[in-house]
Amino acid sequence: MSTVDKNPNGAPKIGVYICHCGINIAHTVDVKSTVEFAARLPHVTVSKEYKFMCSDPGQELIQEDLRSGKIDRVVVASCSPLMHEPTFRRAMAAAGANPFLFQMANIREHVSWVTNDKAAATQKATALIAAAVERVAWHRPLEQSKVPVNPNVLVVGGGIAGIHAALTLADSGRKVFLVEREPTIGGHMAQFDKTFPTLDCSACILTPKMSSVRAHPNITLWTYSEVDNVEGYVGNFKVKVRRKPRYVIEDQCVGCLDCIEACIFKKGKTPDEFNVGLSNRKPIYVPFPQATPLVAVIDPEDCAHFRTGKCKKTCAEVCQREAIDFEQTAQIKEIEVGAIILATGYRVFDASRISRYGYGKYPNVYSSLEIERLVNAAGPTGGEIVMRDGKKPKAVGVVHCVGSRDNKTNKYCSKVCCMYSLKLAHLVKERTGAEVYNFYIDMRTPGKGYEEFYEKLLKEDVHFVRGRVAEVTDWAMTPEEEGHLIIRAEDTLIGSVRRIPVDMVILSVGLEPQTDHEDVRRMFNISCSHEGWFLERHPKLAPVSTFTDGVFLAGACQGPKDIPDSVAQAGAAAAEALALVDKGYVQLEPNTAFVQAELCSGCHTCINLCPYSAVNFIEEKHVAEVNGAMCKGCGTCVAACPSGALQQNLFTDEQIFHEIEGVINYV
Amino acid sequence: MSDAINKNNGFEPRIVAFFCNWCTYTAADLAGPARMQYAANVRVVRVMCSGRIDAQFIVKAFREGADGVLIGGCHPGDCHYQEGNYKALRRMTLLKRYMTSMGIEPERLRMEWIAASEGDKVQKVINQMTEQVRQLGPLHLEPMNVTEMHEHVAKENVTVVQGGTP
Amino acid sequence: MSYMYYPGCSLKGTGRAYEESMLAVFNAMNIPMKEIDDWNCCGATAYMSVSELKAFALSARNFALAEQQSGDDSSADMVVPCAACYLGLNKAMRYLREYKTLSNTVSRALAAGGLTYKGKTRVRHPLDVLVNDIGTDKISELVVRPLKGLKVACYYGCQLVRPFADFDDQHDPSTMNRIVKALGGETIDWPLKTRCCGGSLTGTIQDVGLRLSYILLNEAKKRGADVIITACPLCQFNLECYQPQIGKRFGNGSEIPVVYFTQLMGIAFGLEQRKLGMNRLFVRLQPSNELREVAGGQHVHS
Repeated sequence: MSTVDKNPNGAPKIGVYICHCGINIAHTVDVKSTVEFAARLPHVTVSKEYKFMCSDPGQELIQEDLRSGKIDRVVVASCSPLMHEPTFRRAMAAAGANPFLFQMANIREHVSWVTNDKAAATQKATALIAAAVERVAWHRPLEQSKVPVNPNVLVVGGGIAGIHAALTLADSGRKVFLVEREPTIGGHMAQFDKTFPTLDCSACILTPKMSSVRAHPNITLWTYSEVDNVEGYVGNFKVKVRRKPRYVIEDQCVGCLDCIEACIFKKGKTPDEFNVGLSNRKPIYVPFPQATPLVAVIDPEDCAHFRTGKCKKTCAEVCQREAIDFEQTAQIKEIEVGAIILATGYRVFDASRISRYGYGKYPNVYSSLEIERLVNAAGPTGGEIVMRDGKKPKAVGVVHCVGSRDNKTNKYCSKVCCMYSLKLAHLVKERTGAEVYNFYIDMRTPGKGYEEFYEKLLKEDVHFVRGRVAEVTDWAMTPEEEGHLIIRAEDTLIGSVRRIPVDMVILSVGLEPQTDHEDVRRMFNISCSHEGWFLERHPKLAPVSTFTDGVFLAGACQGPKDIPDSVAQAGAAAAEALALVDKGYVQLEPNTAFVQAELCSGCHTCINLCPYSAVNFIEEKHVAEVNGAMCKGCGTCVAACPSGALQQNLFTDEQIFHEIEGVINYV
Repeated sequence: MSDAINKNNGFEPRIVAFFCNWCTYTAADLAGPARMQYAANVRVVRVMCSGRIDAQFIVKAFREGADGVLIGGCHPGDCHYQEGNYKALRRMTLLKRYMTSMGIEPERLRMEWIAASEGDKVQKVINQMTEQVRQLGPLHLEPMNVTEMHEHVAKENVTVVQGGTP
Repeated sequence: MSYMYYPGCSLKGTGRAYEESMLAVFNAMNIPMKEIDDWNCCGATAYMSVSELKAFALSARNFALAEQQSGDDSSADMVVPCAACYLGLNKAMRYLREYKTLSNTVSRALAAGGLTYKGKTRVRHPLDVLVNDIGTDKISELVVRPLKGLKVACYYGCQLVRPFADFDDQHDPSTMNRIVKALGGETIDWPLKTRCCGGSLTGTIQDVGLRLSYILLNEAKKRGADVIITACPLCQFNLECYQPQIGKRFGNGSEIPVVYFTQLMGIAFGLEQRKLGMNRLFVRLQPSNELREVAGGQHVHS
């Protein structure tokens, strides 16, 4: 371990600390030579290396040198500043130094992990260290401003994740706004029959939580509503929620459902969304008997009054509470919250995209979500498994990985399909006694009690064929195959192609991001992965945070998840939101712009550039002025200022110019 | 340049990159854990927003000896600060005109929209840019040209940004 | 812009009826097309497996010629009716675009012959051109004898849409079906649209080849097809010429005509039979069904 101490006369005194990160950096970068290099840089009084700078002993190295007066500024060359800048700033503050006399050189993410050649990596690392040293010499002490945090929280999406997050926050005494775009909360979980691996009834465990949401004094539940606009920043978001007209006054409706009975349509004609189109609903409807809130909704697309204006309005006549209001319009609610939890969920893969599986072509090919409704006692057939042709299946094939682990559709594993396929196989076998065949690529059952469930299925005489299904066809090769659907797959365990005739095919569809994920992401100013899943701040250490402070993620909007994972993540998101709002204030990054009035020529260039109207023109002084509370610290006005009067804290021209010199001149 | 990069006796360009904190810098951070190997010629200077990138930063980089400059910002419509990336684009478009008149090939300045999830794009762009600048060869600037350009940029900055929001 | 016609060897040999009918139909539809001068072998599937580089070089020569002769600086659409040529050329085009080392080597080979390929050629199938460039509306307009009541099995074969074609679904293609509908006919619903006809196995391992052809013929007949239409000279040859042998071997000997989709278009357009190469068919259009009417009451002789 090499340590170089120097004792120059006069400030600044810069300490450089180079991290090995175990072998993550040291494996590729010659740390020793960088330490020696850094020691020769101007103003560097201390240059050290350490195995893990972020550890307590690592931080103490810095603190000791600060306390002893050897240094007054710090450069840490380690990982990304997005990872550990806050750590080292805290360490400096704890040692009594100003935490902004600090700069990080990213020699892990930007160097050692992405460069094979050791010499090139070492050279690049030294360049970045030189730049940080050059830059930090120009740093100035800064103070962070504290902004109070609004204690209320917005939860977007009322599936199991949103419900759990909302209840957790509400139980701790926070006011929660829960916004759901469908007429009821419950999400996909409300559509399921049983849950794996325990086979407890989905509704039995979900509906009590839905009722709790409805009854909770701290929760404002807005269903059939969507977030329209989000402004502000961590601790102080201003949100506009659009409450779509349901043409039924929520406070008046008692959920007697008389209106539905009285509708002039004797039978429903619109595919029922909740039953995935396996049954029809009327223009006035509730999605399902346990819908929360239990308030009817009118679909103007189908309602005779809205379509023709010539309806007798029997629904309104029969309503004793006079709850039906055909004149209702959308309402915009404006709320202020300190934190936002996104729990917007997923959608299921559209199986018709894989034409060779015959979904949409052969009536007896179903998606797994349809089967969930079909086996559900409250479903369109009362839980009886009958096919579209009215017959009971004698043989059923379950095709795994439809829209998952597939280069042509989605590369990722949807994580839940193996388990729900096993569950459906069990339920179908139990209810019909049919032969059930599972066609799988790999059986993926990690999870508490999951592998055991698979074992159980093996003992139940459910058949397993290891191979991706090539096609589902009605082309019969033998008389026995006539009248059946034939599943063709290579059985990779016996090494031959099999044709298995079945009556019903269940396609285990994968999970995909919601279609409007791009709009949602933009509205909340967060990022998406390639596939469209919302991007967490760090996959391991900040799995429910986003790059926008104060916006958290819960459930499958972040990636495919089963119910236990969604609930756990919702709890975590609620805890993160609580930690934020309970603190009562946030410290803002002091990277705001400021005007050096003596240099300002009053040209107005900056005024129109600011998207936040944070730059004002002071007529009497004929200079621009930045409102620090409104400035978000982008620096666009600074770059535009022709006289150099505008500067940005932490990103002044001097600091960046010197960083540029550093990356070029020292190597 | 030290021998480290020059060992193949070929020209190894020095490229300065300015990446915005929210999209492109994050994408570069993402390329790390995925161990996406790319050319070591590019050194990144982090700014909060591509809107902060003053044309003078680029001129400064060329003057200090950079053979190329790469700008990375959020995709149109995705700017963390609403529209800083548009402002940056306008400045770069204008700057390229001056670069040509100063004898700097416009290919030495490249602007890319790279989202936080596009680690692979960081890899691709850096490799492409390095290769392109390598083929252009080292940048030799007459000192006078640079001073002149500096003055131009400082003067013209006003014109570049006037007009406010798009 | 004129389409650049690449016939390939089959359309000048066993598939002459395909060429004749396609040219007649394109002509009737006023689609400008000229044959590439001095075209050579596409590179062919068989050659591809012996020497990929030489096969790609052969393909690239055709691309370069098409580009050079198209008279259009921006692109050259090369119309390739033979499914095997279409597959081979498409493969070559994609590889040349993706693999720089390969394209450099091929460029050197072309340069030796005084040619350059700038990468502007697009490989198009007549089905793609007819449906996506011209449109089924235009096809309908030209119909003088609607194929009313005619049940057609559209057979695409294995090479046309897999794996490269992006103009249609790779497992359940529908362009030919849409053309038949535009001609006023019906299509049968069958799942064997892209199943192998036997290919060259019919000539090498006849047991296997004939069996594969039999599966297709049998299923088409079982589902009530009056005629099978194809877009591939080898499919047409296998399915049509071996019918007597297949009948002998597997039973169920009734014949079913197998024609090119362009021939069917020509009939509906009322074009002269001989110009459509109908005289080259072995299995004549069944006199017992609607085809007779469609064909104007004439028997077509082998």
